[in-house]
Amino acid sequence: MVQTTNMTSLASGQNPVQRFFAQVPLLGFLLGMLACVLIEKLIGEGLAVLLGLSQMPVLFGLVTVFKVIAGGVNTIFKGVAFETASLMDIPRALVYFGLVYLLPLTLVAKYSAGATNRIAYGLQRSSVLVSVLVHLAILYAVLHLWGTMSDYRVITLKLMLVAVLLTLSLNIINGYMGEFSCSHPGFMAIGAYMSSVFTVGLFVDDKVLGAAKMGFSLAYLTFPLALIFGGLVAALGALIVAIPSFKTRGDYLAIISLAFLFIVKSLFENVQALGGARGISGHPDWASLPVIFCTVVLGIWAINNFVTSTMGKALNAVRDDESAAEAMTVDTRKTKMIAFLFGAFWAGMAGGLLAHVLRYVNPAMFGIQKLAEVLAMVYFGGLNSVVGSIVGAVSISLLGEALRPLEIFKWIVIPLLLILVMIYRPTGLFAFREFDVRKILQPKGSRGEEV
Amino acid sequence: MALLQVDNMTHYFGGLRAVHDFNLAIEAGQIRGLIGPNGAGKTTIFNLITGIYTPTTGTIAFNGTSLLRRRPNQIAALGIGRTFQDLRLWRHMNVLEHVKLARYSKLTYGLWGAFLDSPRRSREEAESEAKAMELLQLLGIDHLADQLVVSLPYGAQRRVEMARALAIEPQVLFLDEPTVGMTPEELEQIMEVIRTIHRKLGLAIFLIEHRLKFVMELCEQIQCLVFGEVIADGTPDQIQNNPQVIEAYLGKDMVET
Repeated sequence: MVQTTNMTSLASGQNPVQRFFAQVPLLGFLLGMLACVLIEKLIGEGLAVLLGLSQMPVLFGLVTVFKVIAGGVNTIFKGVAFETASLMDIPRALVYFGLVYLLPLTLVAKYSAGATNRIAYGLQRSSVLVSVLVHLAILYAVLHLWGTMSDYRVITLKLMLVAVLLTLSLNIINGYMGEFSCSHPGFMAIGAYMSSVFTVGLFVDDKVLGAAKMGFSLAYLTFPLALIFGGLVAALGALIVAIPSFKTRGDYLAIISLAFLFIVKSLFENVQALGGARGISGHPDWASLPVIFCTVVLGIWAINNFVTSTMGKALNAVRDDESAAEAMTVDTRKTKMIAFLFGAFWAGMAGGLLAHVLRYVNPAMFGIQKLAEVLAMVYFGGLNSVVGSIVGAVSISLLGEALRPLEIFKWIVIPLLLILVMIYRPTGLFAFREFDVRKILQPKGSRGEEV
Repeated sequence: MALLQVDNMTHYFGGLRAVHDFNLAIEAGQIRGLIGPNGAGKTTIFNLITGIYTPTTGTIAFNGTSLLRRRPNQIAALGIGRTFQDLRLWRHMNVLEHVKLARYSKLTYGLWGAFLDSPRRSREEAESEAKAMELLQLLGIDHLADQLVVSLPYGAQRRVEMARALAIEPQVLFLDEPTVGMTPEELEQIMEVIRTIHRKLGLAIFLIEHRLKFVMELCEQIQCLVFGEVIADGTPDQIQNNPQVIEAYLGKDMVET
């Protein structure tokens, strides 16, 4: 019954794209994406040469297009001669995108719908866990194939995944709990430094932290411990912010947490034992794509579990009306404290990952710019929403990369976009959605039901 | 000793005496009313008993345990449910979530259960959902379970608030002006709802009301509060014929003529 209502509601949507894909389950889109990356792997290089592109477009042709636009902008503002020939790169990139991504995705998703619905139905009947694992495995395969085509992609992908975790952890506080916290880069910094102390300090010969204390061939297995250690210390830091600020309400947390961010940053700048302003480098290369993918998936899982439980819902109640929440037996202090520490813990984990992706860490990484970035991701994607945070982090990271050729103008375009979102959708693109795995993975349309 | 016993409770807001020497004894299963003009301190008394304010002097005991210096959530968990005069619903939550949330103190799965989605959590959440649905049925709003509260008509919102207060499994239910802003038909319905929950759940009810007719019909015992002081305490008949009450409600001139 659920499926029929879902189908009709989708089919009656005004959007023709939605109507076209109404019968396609998530599995279909994943297979479509898998087809895209396989095609790119096989003929991407050749097609790029054939189209006359200097190299294979790295980010769906976005960077190629914006390079041309950046050329135009430079002509206007700096008087650099515009290369008219480069204009042809735009249609070339579009054709490449159409042939490698759009067309295979559309065809495979649409015409495999019958089969994928049947599979999705079978998976759903066996168990949710199996279904989730199969979907995640395909998703990972897509990301892995896509990412390993160039070093640039791998690092972009890793940073994007870290951003997802960071955004989601901030959404717990700013979205679900409804307090405005500015200390997230601070928690991230603590996590990054502490996990670095763990890995670099113990296993690597380093100028700052001294010679390796121990070394064994399976040392990389301790990486989760390093991350968790970083997360826990970050949570401890959160306790310092929480104790004074939770006695007050509203703006105070914003101010106290901002102060905390500055304290943490200058602390790391001045502690010479941790490298001072130059920070620590020489991290072991342990933050591989699968490790990050698993950590982020675990993070999303745990955070989603929390926010959908009655304990997590209590956060929403505290946000919408605290005295009513108290009158309904909710321990508001405990609820707020837990959420704040939990958010900080995952921010610390994300920080640890970031340090090991970049393989260096310094205080300058965790300033106001980082805060603006993560706030933009949270508010762009949508408050109080797991999907929103994923969308926000992925789209702002992609946009940031795509707009890189515009250099300084990048920091005009992104804030401008944010202003527009705030005007037309004040709570973000996908705010107040529940992330229900069963619903997302379920087969769509009548074919799934008949089986 | 009564189920809820308040003795000599006085409360000052700065220099203003909001409640003076208030006494109350609610027996299990009793319906009691508190009437009085605007600003008499009725809601303050609710807030004092439910722990939002701490009385300057006096004692409050529930089932023999003192409620003084306990936090509102602890007092609620002991078995005192309440509604608010200005509907205090959570605007981003649906009806079922409202009622489920009020079972917060009944859950035992703990933090790790929440983070890791333990089997115990699933079981307890399912139980809590079943209980919540029962209450929604009792109040006749089960068909609205997945609606956001902000989209509901006023009468339904009042019922949600009541269902929510009942979900904490109270022994006493405090209703703060449950008929405010209601049409005569809604008034009849809410009166029926209150009778139903009283009959089926057997709990004591303590209600603040403005409309005399409503209190007179429902309550066994009524107190009339003026400027923080109880000027009359008795059965509906006694209250109705008490000259001081008439004076407080209608003014001195009306009594004389």
